[in-house]
Amino acid sequence: MISSKLRQKWAVTLLAWSVALLLAFPVFWIVLTGFKTETEAISRVPHFFFHPTLENYQAVGERANYFHFAWNSIVVSLGSTFLALLLAIPCSYAMAFFPTKRTKDTLLWMLSTKMMPSVGVLVPIYLIFRDTGLLDTKTGLLAIDAMLNLPIIIWMLYTFFKEVPREVLEAARMDGAGPLRELYDLLLPLSMPGIASTSLLAIILAWNEAFWSLTLTAAKAAPLTAFIASFSSPEGLFYAKLSAASTMAIAPILLLGWASQKQLVRGLTFGAVK
Amino acid sequence: MATVQLKQVRKSYDGFEVIKGVDLTIRDQELTVFVGPSGCGKSTLLRLIAGLEEITSGDLLIDHQRANDVAPAKRGLAIVFQSYALYPHMNVADNMSFSLKLAGIPKPERDKKVMEAARILNLETFLDRKPKALSGGQRQRVAIGRAIVRDPKVFLFDEPLSNLDAALRVRMRLELTKLHRQLRATMIYVTHDQVEAMTMADRIVVLQAGIIEQVGSPMDLYRYPRNIFVAGFIGSPKMNFMEASIAQVLQGGSVVVALANGATLSVPAVDGMAGAGDKVTVGIRPEHISLASSDGISAQVQTVEHLGSESYLHLNIASGELLTVRINGETTVVPDQQVQLKMEPRSLHLFNKEGSTMRSLPTSTA
Amino acid sequence: MIISDQELSQNVVPATATRRKSWRDSVGVLSLKTPAISALFIWSIIPLLMTIWFSFRRYNLMAPDRTGFDGLGNYRYLLTDPSLALAIWNTVLLVGSVLAITIGLGTLLAVLFDQEFFGRGIARLLVLAPFFIMPTVSALVWKNMLMNPDNGFLAFTMRSVGLKPINWFGVAPLTAVIIIVAWQWLPFAVLTLLTAVQSLDGERKEAARMDGAGPIAMFRYIIWPHLGRAIAATTMIESIFFLAIFAEIYVTTSGGPGFASTNLSFLIYRYALMEYDVGGASVAGLVAIVLANILALFLMRSFARNLDA
Ligand SMILES: Nc1ncnc2c1ncn2[C@@H]1O[C@H](COP(=O)(O)OP(=O)(O)O)[C@@H](O)[C@H]1O
Ligand SMILES: [Mg+2]
Repeated sequence: MISSKLRQKWAVTLLAWSVALLLAFPVFWIVLTGFKTETEAISRVPHFFFHPTLENYQAVGERANYFHFAWNSIVVSLGSTFLALLLAIPCSYAMAFFPTKRTKDTLLWMLSTKMMPSVGVLVPIYLIFRDTGLLDTKTGLLAIDAMLNLPIIIWMLYTFFKEVPREVLEAARMDGAGPLRELYDLLLPLSMPGIASTSLLAIILAWNEAFWSLTLTAAKAAPLTAFIASFSSPEGLFYAKLSAASTMAIAPILLLGWASQKQLVRGLTFGAVK
Repeated sequence: MATVQLKQVRKSYDGFEVIKGVDLTIRDQELTVFVGPSGCGKSTLLRLIAGLEEITSGDLLIDHQRANDVAPAKRGLAIVFQSYALYPHMNVADNMSFSLKLAGIPKPERDKKVMEAARILNLETFLDRKPKALSGGQRQRVAIGRAIVRDPKVFLFDEPLSNLDAALRVRMRLELTKLHRQLRATMIYVTHDQVEAMTMADRIVVLQAGIIEQVGSPMDLYRYPRNIFVAGFIGSPKMNFMEASIAQVLQGGSVVVALANGATLSVPAVDGMAGAGDKVTVGIRPEHISLASSDGISAQVQTVEHLGSESYLHLNIASGELLTVRINGETTVVPDQQVQLKMEPRSLHLFNKEGSTMRSLPTSTA
Repeated sequence: MIISDQELSQNVVPATATRRKSWRDSVGVLSLKTPAISALFIWSIIPLLMTIWFSFRRYNLMAPDRTGFDGLGNYRYLLTDPSLALAIWNTVLLVGSVLAITIGLGTLLAVLFDQEFFGRGIARLLVLAPFFIMPTVSALVWKNMLMNPDNGFLAFTMRSVGLKPINWFGVAPLTAVIIIVAWQWLPFAVLTLLTAVQSLDGERKEAARMDGAGPIAMFRYIIWPHLGRAIAATTMIESIFFLAIFAEIYVTTSGGPGFASTNLSFLIYRYALMEYDVGGASVAGLVAIVLANILALFLMRSFARNLDA
């Protein structure tokens, strides 16, 4: 009896790990290739065992523009998250604690703005950016990312705020706190974990955003997504260096993502799945 | 001096009326208890007074001033919630002094008031702790302390003891009554537990479905319930009810009623509206029935519950109705035994078809 | 001290019928919402109106002086362009296949990863990894290092089992894109559905086991019905993203060969930023918006029901 249960557990272990390794293999392969020489990297027979080298990382690091693009990614993802939070926190607070008859409709409308495919408005945004000098600027991309993430952030914060017991805020109201005090002295400290994971998700999404990065930025303000895309037309040996650059571009987000996996589901499903 | 007055107060949510025209005066320094089954609107009424909900129509007067539009914090009231609603990220002292800080009161004075409240509530040694590190009873006391430091005109309590275990609940009940005497404060206390209402209240307000059924002192409600609802709600175990009809109207206002099993009872001091043949309900509390050696209403014992100090008999009378009787704890009655019941006429309640009492009430209890 | 009700009712301000609006409807609370709502409103409405406006105009960025009202000219031109129909078809195919793969496989994997096994935490992190890889990286890696018919890893694997390697981007470009996108989004479906499976009451599963339910019956009668809401949510979110797939095509096939892997997003990009035809791109943009809204109508309706706002 016990041994059959154990045997089943081993069978599940084997199956699940095979699936996991298979799915993660491309990521593993990127990291591995980053430590190969270019010759090893393009070999027809893949090298699993080789003498690891750091030369690709040196090469990528020496091309100073890598850090230029990385800096753009950092500024845009952190900046857009900050801007979106600034707009979203008061809004979610008002909707969670002073709901009106229209609150539900407002939330659904916000969701529906995510339904609008970005490409549908590519032309006007491109022209507006061209005419206002926002094309290829960090500010422009940052603003777009903030708008893209705003509905998700508002929804996430809304569901987190709803979990703060209403009575606690009412007690504060009885104690003489106005709406802003309620927000800053109570709600923000109480929902810090929720705000943190919301920010994390927004940073991840902005970091990986590709459509607007590719269409609205060029040499000056391009983030890492666009920088990596410039490898798509290969000249010469480049797999290993591409892998090294990719590893550097995905590593921070992979770590953040793993750290926020629980809230990720909730955020991306707008609280429908917790 | 603090009084609260409600005049034809109504509250609806999306057109659904929850408080249906309440007229009530809360008197200075009294502990008034709102009691009623869950969902009857007690909390809503309290929150209307606190200003946490908006009054749909009618007037709220606090110390004779219309307060409908006064912000909650400006009404001079303090509320203690069932969930305590402590600020989880502040320690006990900060929880209590938060309102004073917001009011711009200087630190030395704040500390003095907090210390004073902590002394009253035996919280001195916990001032640095976060709510997480406190027991249920201690949290409850912090919530009360938060109210005390504000020195409010009226204390509002919404089922403050419901989250405590039974033993602690009894102790906190006593402490609250003591506190009430000590502070000489006006208090409104909401509960669904009629025992709490009976033991603590100066006056009880019985609510049902958004309507006040009766207002009065605990003993008034116990002795002279105005209708079947109040009669059944106040008192434990519950009052017994039996279907009956009026057999005879006597001189001087008393009547003779016939029970379904044919037995007759005479009920004194009934209002003038009774007529022979009317369907009525007779009520009698378990503690007002006793066992007779003979000549009473015969009944068969179904179960005997021994509580030690007393026993409850659940018995069937011939009509099939089930009665509860409270007798002394040492009884030797056993199930299936036949017994005779004696009912004291003065303790009988009589209700008409609409459920209103037919007995003339000795005093106005409104 | 006891005062009679009569005394209390003296000197009372009379009740008035008109009441000030309560403070929660006040300007203060409204002003908290206004910035976010108006920003979103502007973001969602002005570009849309401009797209509609441009769709009626003759406007090519290469010939800025030849502009003017063109009536339905752009529409006539675009709707008769065979590439539009192809792009729509590719879009539907792309969205549909990736949805089917991720939800189908995702459900199975969610149930698998709900089991107890050794190293479950780490295995779960591995499964999640593809979701966090930026789309341009995944696309490039798949294109060059995995699907390359010459020195890619897949080619090597196929050769080692005696098969002829597939020239993915030449022969089946759309399939290749579907595989890449499905790989990226499978983790999301697994994670969402796993969360839903785990929220299933353990006692209910135990009760079913006591009633004699084996693994199949358990899935069919207990787990599957419980997943409805999570599947609806996953479908909606994924559809939003799949309709707008762009980067994966941009770095792998550039929509080719021909239009074989051009979806609506990429078609619009071709019109707008490769042919500089603002009018044409705008019409295509409207088609995308209409398509998205048809989809959204179904999804939002099922979603609104689940919403506990
Ligand atoms: N915010 C609200 N919206 C709609 N209905 C409510 C709201 N608050 C309370 N109610 C309804 O009002 C009635 C009375 O509620 P409440 O005052 O909480 O009852 P009690 O405290 O006596 O148990 C209940 O039927 C409840 O469903
Ligand atoms: Mg209540």
